[in-house]
Amino acid sequence: MTTTTDAQIGQKSQGILKLERRRRITMGILFLAAAVFIWLVFATDVEPGVETRFMMNPGGGSAEAADWVFPSLLYLNMIAGILSLLGAFQIIRGFGKYTYGVLALVAILFIFGFLTWATAGGQTNLAGLLRVMVVRAVPLTLGAMSGILCERGGIINIAIEGMMLTSAFISTVFASLFNSLIVGLLAGIIAGGLMGLIHGWLSIKYKVNQIISGTVINIFATGITSYLSSRYIQKVEFQYLNEPGMFPQINVPVLSKIPFIGPILFSHNMYVFAMFFFVILLTFMLFKTRWGLRLRSVGEHPKAADTLGINVHRTQYMAVILGGMMAGFGGTYFSLGSSGRFDEVMTAGRGFIGLAAMIFGNWHPVGSMGAGLLFGFFDSLSAKASLLQVPIPSEFIGMAPYLATIIVLAGVIGRGHAPAAEGEPYEKE
Amino acid sequence: MENTTENKKKSLSVFWDEFSRSNFLVILLAIFTGILLGGVLVAITTNEVYAAFRESIWSGFGAAFRTAWNTYVALFTGSVGNPEKIRLAFASGDQLAIRRAINPFFESLVQSTPYIFGGLAVALGFRAGLFNIGVEGQIFIGAATGVWAGYAINGLPTIIHIPLAMLFGALGGALWGFIPGLLKAKTGAHEVITTIMMNYIAFRLVDWLLKFPMKDPNEFTPKTPWILETAKLPRLFDTPIRFHIGFFIAVLMAVAVYYLLFKTTWGFELRMVGSNPNAARYAGVKITKTTILAMVLSGALAGMAGANEVLGVNYRLLPAFSSGYGFDSIALALLGKTHPLGVILSSLLFGFLRNGARSMQLAVGVPIDIVSILQAVILAFIAAPAIIRTIYRLRESKHEEDLVSLRSWKG
Amino acid sequence: MAPVLELRGITKRFPGVLANDHIDLTVEKGEIHALLGENGAGKTTLMNILYGLYHPDEGEIFVNGQKLDVHSPIDAIKSGVGMVHQHFMLVPVFTVTENVMLGEEYVKAGGVLDRTKAANKIREISNIYKLDINPDAYISDIPVGMQQRVEIIKLLFREANILIMDEPTAVLTPQEVEELFKIMHTMIEQGKSIIFITHKLGEVMDIADRITVIRGGKVVGSTTPAESDLNDLASMMVGRDVNLEVEKSESVPGEVVFEVENLKVLDSVGALAVNDMSFKVHAGEVLGIAGVQGNGQTELVRAITGLLQAVDGDVRLCGHNITHLSPRKITEIGSAHIPEDRQKDGLVLGFPITDNLVLNTYYLEPNSKSIWMDQKSINENGKKLVESFDIRTPSPFVPARNLSGGNQQKVIVAREFSRPIKFLVASQPTRGLDVGSIEFIHKRLIEKRDDGCAILLVSTELDEIMQLSDRIAVVYRGKLLDILDAKNATKEIVGLLMAGIIPSEEEKQKLLAKKKQILIT
Repeated sequence: MTTTTDAQIGQKSQGILKLERRRRITMGILFLAAAVFIWLVFATDVEPGVETRFMMNPGGGSAEAADWVFPSLLYLNMIAGILSLLGAFQIIRGFGKYTYGVLALVAILFIFGFLTWATAGGQTNLAGLLRVMVVRAVPLTLGAMSGILCERGGIINIAIEGMMLTSAFISTVFASLFNSLIVGLLAGIIAGGLMGLIHGWLSIKYKVNQIISGTVINIFATGITSYLSSRYIQKVEFQYLNEPGMFPQINVPVLSKIPFIGPILFSHNMYVFAMFFFVILLTFMLFKTRWGLRLRSVGEHPKAADTLGINVHRTQYMAVILGGMMAGFGGTYFSLGSSGRFDEVMTAGRGFIGLAAMIFGNWHPVGSMGAGLLFGFFDSLSAKASLLQVPIPSEFIGMAPYLATIIVLAGVIGRGHAPAAEGEPYEKE
Repeated sequence: MENTTENKKKSLSVFWDEFSRSNFLVILLAIFTGILLGGVLVAITTNEVYAAFRESIWSGFGAAFRTAWNTYVALFTGSVGNPEKIRLAFASGDQLAIRRAINPFFESLVQSTPYIFGGLAVALGFRAGLFNIGVEGQIFIGAATGVWAGYAINGLPTIIHIPLAMLFGALGGALWGFIPGLLKAKTGAHEVITTIMMNYIAFRLVDWLLKFPMKDPNEFTPKTPWILETAKLPRLFDTPIRFHIGFFIAVLMAVAVYYLLFKTTWGFELRMVGSNPNAARYAGVKITKTTILAMVLSGALAGMAGANEVLGVNYRLLPAFSSGYGFDSIALALLGKTHPLGVILSSLLFGFLRNGARSMQLAVGVPIDIVSILQAVILAFIAAPAIIRTIYRLRESKHEEDLVSLRSWKG
Repeated sequence: MAPVLELRGITKRFPGVLANDHIDLTVEKGEIHALLGENGAGKTTLMNILYGLYHPDEGEIFVNGQKLDVHSPIDAIKSGVGMVHQHFMLVPVFTVTENVMLGEEYVKAGGVLDRTKAANKIREISNIYKLDINPDAYISDIPVGMQQRVEIIKLLFREANILIMDEPTAVLTPQEVEELFKIMHTMIEQGKSIIFITHKLGEVMDIADRITVIRGGKVVGSTTPAESDLNDLASMMVGRDVNLEVEKSESVPGEVVFEVENLKVLDSVGALAVNDMSFKVHAGEVLGIAGVQGNGQTELVRAITGLLQAVDGDVRLCGHNITHLSPRKITEIGSAHIPEDRQKDGLVLGFPITDNLVLNTYYLEPNSKSIWMDQKSINENGKKLVESFDIRTPSPFVPARNLSGGNQQKVIVAREFSRPIKFLVASQPTRGLDVGSIEFIHKRLIEKRDDGCAILLVSTELDEIMQLSDRIAVVYRGKLLDILDAKNATKEIVGLLMAGIIPSEEEKQKLLAKKKQILIT
């Protein structure tokens, strides 16, 4: 008797390898395209001898850090050169597991090139721009982390917006009533957690489509906060309910004194520091602890988790409640961290951009913060667009995050990995 | 001739079949329960009720009931009209008084009109297995293109200008639906996220259009010029009644969507793709084409909602155009079980509620946002009928259909 | 000493089915106990009960003489029962270590994972049982055979003493099977006991210490390899009396209608699933494709019906080259397809039966005129077919969802047979159906053959292939090993081929002679 031999074992992952190769090259071409764009659009538009002046103090003066002045054309050429080297290396060899890091570097360099061009012959307050970027990134990153918590457990959360809005309202009222920011903060977090519980209740217990459930929460949150707001806190006799106060700015000793870096990173109210803290904490929790391992297993392969004795539904409830609390914390930023009052629909879509930041950041806290900072930068830049030397309307700069998210979703630069079991209610047989 | 009457009978029976299978009773109870909860909310946010409770528990309950009752009476008269006023007006014979008395009813229809367009847009998407959250953005773009055709194209007779302007609105919305449709079909990018992103791009784009290319040079603030008389959707009555033919266009579109979905081969393909894309592929349907076309049509309907508002009500486009129609439309489409006739009914319900709520806000001081709360609560009940079944101890239906069949997150 | 495991009178009913009927089973320490039975005999149900995934309606479970109440996998794990599922329960984006310790994590203070310690334990187990596993590899990067060993490590990591292995060889290459058997022997040496679920006779003879055969949810016999041979086991497993004979005359093959030449098709992960296949189907004959599930049949069928693009080779139908045509074009040339997964591909469950009966002809006259559907004609067509194909339903307008599996399949058959076709691909046409429906469908297929239609029958049921085919092609690992004339084929010969073993001419003759002998006696 003869046994047939297997010829195809070696070919098992041929298709996958091909795909990886194509992605590697696409990415490299993207880097090169960035370089070519800088040369063709930015560099040709700048006269030799023109200088770019970046102010390095958010306040504007030059007491602590001197302005940064450099020849525009030279720097543009240098940036384009570095980008093309990176692109060539990416096409030939690839950066392997550092690819996303390099991608972030390319993005930063490209934006720097853009600013160099846009500021050529004039001046831009770079420090101010970056400081506002960090502030604007806070609600986006916190929203993204709410999404990560839910979606790593397999529950889609498009209700971040509604959770934030509810928390912004509740925190305002409680902080005003008790005259305590901490009470307001806690109330906001609890309110977010409750919204998460409702989301879980609808989508886990009643198996409502998770997107519909999220829509319910968004509509409800808009309705109830606006209702209660116009019923009470907008009225003069209830004005005292809309005076929560704000968390004060904290200047971190020593660090805040560092020129340029200090005012950008170390001189904010507690939300900025909390953002950094939560990003580190959540990364650690997700990838280094038993809790994270179990949560991720539920989002990836709930049946496998179930056969190993992990309670899938309980884990998912925990995920949506914690996700809601994170969104709740983020929601209090609007009232207690940035405006000191509640206004109707004050979240203005930040929850949805947080969702985009989560996808952009590949469901990873650090990546999401990167995306949050990037989106925050565009936000910050669009507010200052009129001060630039180039005629780009602020609205178009403001569109950049959304366009970028669509491009990422379309898989142009390699699709991210969404948790595999996301959106599908888990049913035991 | 016999054929057509039979067809009519059949289309009605198809509707009733769908409607009763989808548990009509649950829908009614969902609406009833939502309204009940709304009444409770109004009562517990009214100071007089608390004052009454301090007197005695019964007067408290009495006050609570009276408050809720008065609220809903105000809502009713605000949406349909005050029967007493109407009677008096007709008795007096004064034309203006009559128009004033019956105005609330027609104003509710005006309010319902964009809902019908938007609800149809979402429903059509659902039928193809697509969740179009981008209706809001498509409405914005449709309003912008529609208003442009309304003020910038000169010298056309009304009979051409109006359809043309509506068509421009539809095309604008269609473009905004085409992009996510194309991305979904070709790359699998999930339409929920892409349409949300397209919404924000639309808001920014329209902001910019209003500030620069489309700005009325005679105004200081960003506004478009007034549209030409020839582009205005004709109103059927004199002031103050704003009721215009847009309502009929919307109903016509619902009929068209109904025929498209249930009477044409193309609708058959669309529903096949929405219901079971694998079987559709097996049966030789081109999924890519169908997906793109469904998003384009959905966007076109949404665009018409925008055009309808600028051509029939506002006559120009303002930055504060944002209405939330798009997000409401999702709830309405689901409430109407994604059936065109259901969409009309749910749109009328919420059109009347929203219009009535405006007068209610003036009359008894209950904020209009109560309608959004009702909407969310009713939608939750519709999406999770088990809640209603538990509350009213209804028996399980033989087979609980999914409200919509959507493809997975990853496309 | 009490046996390691004892099941007494386990009974499990599902709606309409008695899946397990008072099953008794005893497993001694240190033995490999094979649980042999056809697909659907109730093996997997029984093991899911033991593993706590189902709860039995009646019966008791004893482990080491102690009565055990299993409500969840946790209870099973705690009492030392572990299961290697047929579909692996591994998270692809996790490493081996993460998968193995999930649910039973090694942690340092504060719940921080101790990956090093777990990895060391895995290495230790891997060395003892010669599993050759790298704890740091990602599951998505390692081959199927190694994934299975990870599943085994999961159980050993939890110190399971009774290992249930559900069809573990179904996804393995012969070399991997041999390795697996070695590992199983090592585990026995270490004092573990194994329940080996399979329907492959050869493997049972090779490895089992004892054999329990179940059929139709009942234990029909218990034996050892020494006391029995393949034939005994086969007849026990299949049962002589349930053979469904199909009356059919000698086929009258006409010209070649359908032809496949050097076809190559990739599966979803990019592996070569169909490797250089060539065959022809004549008018008026049934060509049966036999083979164990997952040997490229699915991809073959999807490629020739236009649902999957072939990477190389040609497919011709009635003189047209259809290799790269769309499903619709292929259908229009005269091909019909009964898909293997009727609910996934063949029906829109939410649509009424009438609409499902025109699923691929809705756009043609008389079902529609230009873009308008002619509902009247569609309804009439539906009523007619419901009657002539004996589809049991209260009305032709109820959704297909409400029909039983057999009637759903009849809808598909009715639809495909109601239009003029020259070629039919029937993929697993009777899977999971009741006897009545099987008979009905078999009869219709033969009728169609006698009408001059060319039929390609793809089935993993050897009986079905033997009963219906005029010629039998056997696929193994994407290759077509042999095409036999039905007259020269026996179950044994086809069975050997399905296992990847090509018998010599001499052996074939011997087996054939045996068959004739049986026929004479």
